[in-house]
Order: sequence, then C-alpha cells, then structure tokens
Amino acid sequence: MFMYSVKHQRASSVAHVCELLAAHPDARPLAGGQSLIAGMKLRLSAPSLLVDLGGLRELTTIQIDAQHVTLGAMVRHAQVAQSEAIRKVIPALASLAKGIGDPMVRNMGTVGGSVANNDPAADYPAAVVALDAVVTTTTREIAADDFFVGMFETALLPGELITAVKFRIPKRAAYLKFKNPASRFAMVGVFVADFGSAVRVAVVGASAGVFRVAEMERALGRRFHAASLDGIEVSSAELLSDLHSQAVYRAHLIAVLAKRAVQSLTESGSKP
Amino acid sequence: MATISIRVNGTQVTREMEDRTLLVHFIREGAGLTGTHVGCDTAQCGACTVHLDGRAVKSCNQLAAQANGGEVRTIEGVANDDGSLHAIQVAFRQHHGLQCGYCTPGMVMSALDLLRLHPTPTEEEIAGHLDGNLCRCTGYYNIVKSIQTAARMMAGA
Repeated sequence: MFMYSVKHQRASSVAHVCELLAAHPDARPLAGGQSLIAGMKLRLSAPSLLVDLGGLRELTTIQIDAQHVTLGAMVRHAQVAQSEAIRKVIPALASLAKGIGDPMVRNMGTVGGSVANNDPAADYPAAVVALDAVVTTTTREIAADDFFVGMFETALLPGELITAVKFRIPKRAAYLKFKNPASRFAMVGVFVADFGSAVRVAVVGASAGVFRVAEMERALGRRFHAASLDGIEVSSAELLSDLHSQAVYRAHLIAVLAKRAVQSLTESGSKP
Repeated sequence: MATISIRVNGTQVTREMEDRTLLVHFIREGAGLTGTHVGCDTAQCGACTVHLDGRAVKSCNQLAAQANGGEVRTIEGVANDDGSLHAIQVAFRQHHGLQCGYCTPGMVMSALDLLRLHPTPTEEEIAGHLDGNLCRCTGYYNIVKSIQTAARMMAGA
C-alpha cells in the first residue's frame, strides 16, 4: 500500500510549475490528488516529483458571462456542486460535480485534475464534450473534440498544464449516471446538451473514453423528445465488458439514460 | 525529508517526515493521535476522515505536505474544552451508533461536516453525505438516527 519515495514541492506560480515540469521530466502536477495519490499508493504510478498546485489561487476562480462558465483548473468539485451561480445557468454541471465520488473527495478533487487524468469512468469528460468546452493550457486552447485521445490519455504535451476549462452555456442540459454502487464511478454516464441549433450527446464509463453519439444528436436535433431516440442503439462492439457489467448491458444503459435525460428536460418543463 | 507544520486541534505540530508521508500518518505517528483510522488502501472507507481548513477530507488520500500550514481537526478535537461530550458524541452513544467503533471517528467527522452545510438535514441528505464512510457492523440505521438526534440537539430543539 505504501507509495514509492517521491519529492514534493509547492509551486508559487504557474510559471514556477512550468519551470519545475521542464526541469524534471518525471515530475507530475498534483491538483487534488484524489486519483493521483490513490494511484501512487497502489504503485500504479511513481513520479519522481509532485509539483503541488494547491497554493495557486489564480487557478481557483469561477467566471460566468452570458455564454460561458469558466472554471479555473483548481476549482474543487464541492465548489461547483455548491455554486448557486452555476446552478442557475448550467444546473447539469452543478449536478454532475455533486455526483462525483463522495463529499470528502469533492472537497479536494478538481476539474483540471479530472480532465487531465481522463479516467474512462470519470464524469467531467462528458461535460467537457457535451458542453463543447475549450480547455485552456499554459501554451494553447484545445477544443473538447480534440482533447480526449485515449484511455487515461489526452492531447496535453509533456510539461503542459491545464489552467482553465470554459463551458458553453446550453439552452438546457442534463447528466445522468448509472453509478457503480461501490465506487460510485459511472458504469455509464450520459450528458445531453441542447444548444438550440444543435444537440450534443456525450457518453462516459462505457468505453476506453468519452464519445459522442452522432445518431442521437441528429435525432434530437430534429426533435428534442425522448421518442426521437426510439430504436437508436449504440453498438456494443466497442464497449467495455468488465466485472461490473457486460458491453451489451452498457449499450442498453446508454439508451435508457439518454432517454431519461431528455425526459427530465421535456416532461417537467424545468431544468433538473 | 521535509518539515511539516500543521495546527492539529488547536496545537501546532511540527515534524520532520518523508515527503511521501500521508496526512493520516502525520496525524497518527507525527502527532500521536490514533483516533483517526486507516481502514482500506483504496481511499473508499472514510475511516481516516478529518477536517482540513474546515472541510472534511480523507487524510489517507493526501500528503501531509499538501496540508502544510493548515488547520486539522480530528476526533480527539470534537469534545468540549471541559471534556464534556459534543452533541454528536452524546447522540452516537444514546442511539448505539457504533459497534466495533472503527468507522466511528470518520462517521462523526463527516456528520459534523454535513451539519455545517445542512443544520437540519433530511434522511436522504444524511445518507448522501455518508457516501464516503463505510460501516461493516451497524447497517447504518443507528448512525443515521444518531445524526438526526445530534442535529436536533444542536439546533436547540
């Protein structure tokens, strides 16, 4: 259970982070640590140096304007879950954050850490893709559709640090996840976002990473109603089978959750 | 090696420990406070729950170095200064909210975190806030009852 020896250093600024990452190729940035420390304890990763982002206040801001919600990379899940301001404009985002892990994990875990880690069963990648977000790093801006490239793999280059994630405010949106009862990770999570001109549907938990369902997006774009999804199936061929669930069942869950997400937006008449 | 200094239950504790030292080990071995427990190796059970800068965290899932300069409250810091039991402790005793007691410090710290956010929680809110605290003995029923009673006591009912 004990992690390998590692050095810890608190960064004094984003520039300092970049210096340290450049000087130590085996260094990793440490955000909330809820995945990284846990993984290191199991000896799944062994960086030589942890560059602690905990003191970087400039990464903890939440900005909201008419079209976007921008979360600094070190914004904690609890902050998003408890933010009345976010709940007003994108309630699905606040709900997604509220459903991550448990209260203790949410007090430490961050949006930047979750997005950079790209765990296939994490929730945030679904929000990033469905809400057509832009990931701002120390060197560039990366569009959601280009960001998640493989299991635990993103478009980030060595030494590149996420500083913020900017989400588009939709007309309406919902996120539903079928929780693994023990870990509370998503066995399947579906995020549906209606922008008026187009609909985006993103799925997590079911495959090597987040993916969109084009057929559902087209059908809902024509008519935003659960009945539009009748008969649309995601092929189980590329989906995950593991001890928690078979691919066929995950395919089934995607269809069920997508419908329920749409129903929650159309039947009650108000946002979830 | 690093010098870590954390204010634990109102007292400054300064120790030199390896950088990889987890907060739970700083608390147990550095500060000698063994009420905070290590119950699993996957950060799921919550027996290690303490308050860091006013918020509940799993002390086994972060480095002591991350909490350097911060304020930690453990189960040993819950009772009143004169030694009398806090309402949450009275309630757990009254309602048999513990059997072996291993998860209990974590349950109490999570409960206090909940009552800070929701002074009059519903049963659903209590259960939800205990998502990260596992108990193998009680079936949770008396834990929830204890917290409901503590909430009433603290609200002055």
